[in-house]
Amino acid sequence: MNILIENGRVIDPKNGVDRSNTALYVANGKIAAIGTAPAGFVVHERIDAAGCVVCPGLIDLGARLNSIEAELAAAVAGGVTSVVVPPDADPPLDEPELADRLVHRGAEIGKARVLPLGALTLGLKGERLAELAGLKKAGCVAFSQANKPVTDTEALLRAMEYAATFGFAVWLQPQDYWLARNGIAHEGEVSSRLGLAGIPVAAETIAIATLVQLVRDTGCRVHLTRLSSAPGVALVHRAQQEGLPLTFDIGVHHLLLSENDIGFFNPHARFCPPLRTQGDRQALSDAAAAGLAAICSDHTPVGADDKLLPFGEAKPGATGLEVLLPLTLKWAEAAGVGLSDALARITSAPAAVLGLASGELAVGSVADLCLFDPAATWQLTPEALKSRGKNSPWLGYPMSGQVKATLVGGRIVYQR
Amino acid sequence: MHNPQLNKNGELAHLLSIEGLPKAILTQILDTAESFMEVSAREVKKVPLLRGKSVFNLFFENSTRTRTTFEIAAKRLSADVINLDINKSSTAKGETLLDTIDNLCAMHANLFVVRHASSGAPYLIAEHLQRIGRHDVHVVNAGDGRHAHPTQGLLDMYTIRHYKKDFTQLRVAIVGDILHSRVARSDIHALTSLGVPEVRAIGPETLLPKHLDKLGVHVFHDMEEGLKDCDVVIMLRLQNERMNGALLPSAGEYFRHYGLTPQKLALAKPDAIVMHPGPMNRGVEIHSAVADGPQAVILPQVTFGIAVRMAVMSIVAGN
Repeated sequence: MNILIENGRVIDPKNGVDRSNTALYVANGKIAAIGTAPAGFVVHERIDAAGCVVCPGLIDLGARLNSIEAELAAAVAGGVTSVVVPPDADPPLDEPELADRLVHRGAEIGKARVLPLGALTLGLKGERLAELAGLKKAGCVAFSQANKPVTDTEALLRAMEYAATFGFAVWLQPQDYWLARNGIAHEGEVSSRLGLAGIPVAAETIAIATLVQLVRDTGCRVHLTRLSSAPGVALVHRAQQEGLPLTFDIGVHHLLLSENDIGFFNPHARFCPPLRTQGDRQALSDAAAAGLAAICSDHTPVGADDKLLPFGEAKPGATGLEVLLPLTLKWAEAAGVGLSDALARITSAPAAVLGLASGELAVGSVADLCLFDPAATWQLTPEALKSRGKNSPWLGYPMSGQVKATLVGGRIVYQR
Repeated sequence: MHNPQLNKNGELAHLLSIEGLPKAILTQILDTAESFMEVSAREVKKVPLLRGKSVFNLFFENSTRTRTTFEIAAKRLSADVINLDINKSSTAKGETLLDTIDNLCAMHANLFVVRHASSGAPYLIAEHLQRIGRHDVHVVNAGDGRHAHPTQGLLDMYTIRHYKKDFTQLRVAIVGDILHSRVARSDIHALTSLGVPEVRAIGPETLLPKHLDKLGVHVFHDMEEGLKDCDVVIMLRLQNERMNGALLPSAGEYFRHYGLTPQKLALAKPDAIVMHPGPMNRGVEIHSAVADGPQAVILPQVTFGIAVRMAVMSIVAGN
């Protein structure tokens, strides 16, 4: 099917394109042309994108799909065309058959593309290696422990050596198990005042220091997920300057919130890793502004029964797929980051982490697209979300930026 | 941010924490408690302020002393008192905290006295009551996790005012496991709000929360230095599970460095008073000669606690 998307502002951060009032032509699931119609192009469907931005579909480096149909519908409603799924599902994604089933279920639903992360170790227990090559063959894009630890450093070293053998990437959330195991909030002024057990910054920096050394020794390509602290960012940046194959991402909530947002024990401000200080938030924002990191939603749907609890008993995390775009725009505005650069953090930057060819609008590339009205505002209410996860620290707040249409492989999978 | 313990008129609707309460409200509670001291001396120890009201003691964590004093206080205010030991009832069957609250509201509860192992649990209840529009139901925090124990903080202030009259000339030391202590946090907020110029925290680094200085507290690791010229010494209980592990090597070493002995107490002012929220570990944080000595005001604290809890319940239920 041939689709003409006309009158939109076409932004392709990777290729430095930002053209207003421009037509984009889609044919055979790919981008056929930008600007002028290719010879013999017959329009089957026409989308008027006046007032809208047309950009590559968002690539989310972390979204949990507890109820897969609802969450994939939420993804495309949020302009997300590819979701990386961490392996901490029930059961954990540690067998090729489970990965195979997830990929097929995703394809059957036919909304956003599902890119599973395989479990690095069986049951995510941090002890025995999962069948990485088998998982890879079943469609896993990399291997991860989600936010579960590998406490045994030898097991971690061997896992990285084994992954490096096959050239697989390992994604890890840097958090020292021992320093984090009893904590529920950043160890600092707020946790001291509220009497919440603390997780010190050292939980992150110690884990990063260990991983940096193991990357140096093994050559394993490592992606660090959900950094939370200024010293953590500095350590990773130094390792990157050394030339080590390390990348990292930041959860969008950590760019906008700090420990102060816990307020009077707001369980919606409980995250893993925890929200840290204003200074940490600023360092994360600076890193994202400088293009050092990708931004992801860290989408974690949590039911009301698991959230309406005292702070320390509430499950951490927030719904994210449908707010990734508006919250990234909100961050960009506050941080003085231009629209194209902001979109790069949720399109081309995550594509680079994954080594994907998508995340851009080059002629001939796959037509995964997001159309959104940057000026449209909407209120974040439980009813406004397609996700089953209604848990958000932004409930009741106005959001700027509304997705009007989403295309995956040249098919319109969402339109409002 | 709206302070959930105050109503639209800025009056105390719930007592959740001392932090954020204006000095005028603290003073109002202490003055009201003083007027109730006389009730306990009467032959008929009752006033009708809460007649016909139901006070539910919701203790999700064990307590004998606090629950008993709340019960006595509520009865002296003529309330009906219902004690619920939640460990053994509904939550064991899987009912959530807020379901329990809804059920008790349906039984016409007027006031919940809540103790819970999780910091912030009484806030969750107070916010829930606000959400469902039950402005006639009140919450008093009887201790939540490490966060706050406001009635203990207030009875400590009552005790200090009783013996020392003026807060603005005092040097007060809090000694021991401040990290895990809700009493210490409530005392610190109360002391700084009431104008005590120097609040000291004494303990090993493993038992002190980070950034304590941000709460207006001077930190001492050396007890002898910290006790110098103090007017008030508040000792904290050291829980058994803290004594032998990564935080402290042994009860004996703790006592040698942070136990209050007559020799160490002699470094404080001669008329210094010694307080303890109880229950005491004799020979761990306090020497018996001090606990039973002339400077200890530990038993009067318990008596004052009844009047303070009467004051708190009558004020929140009246607003």
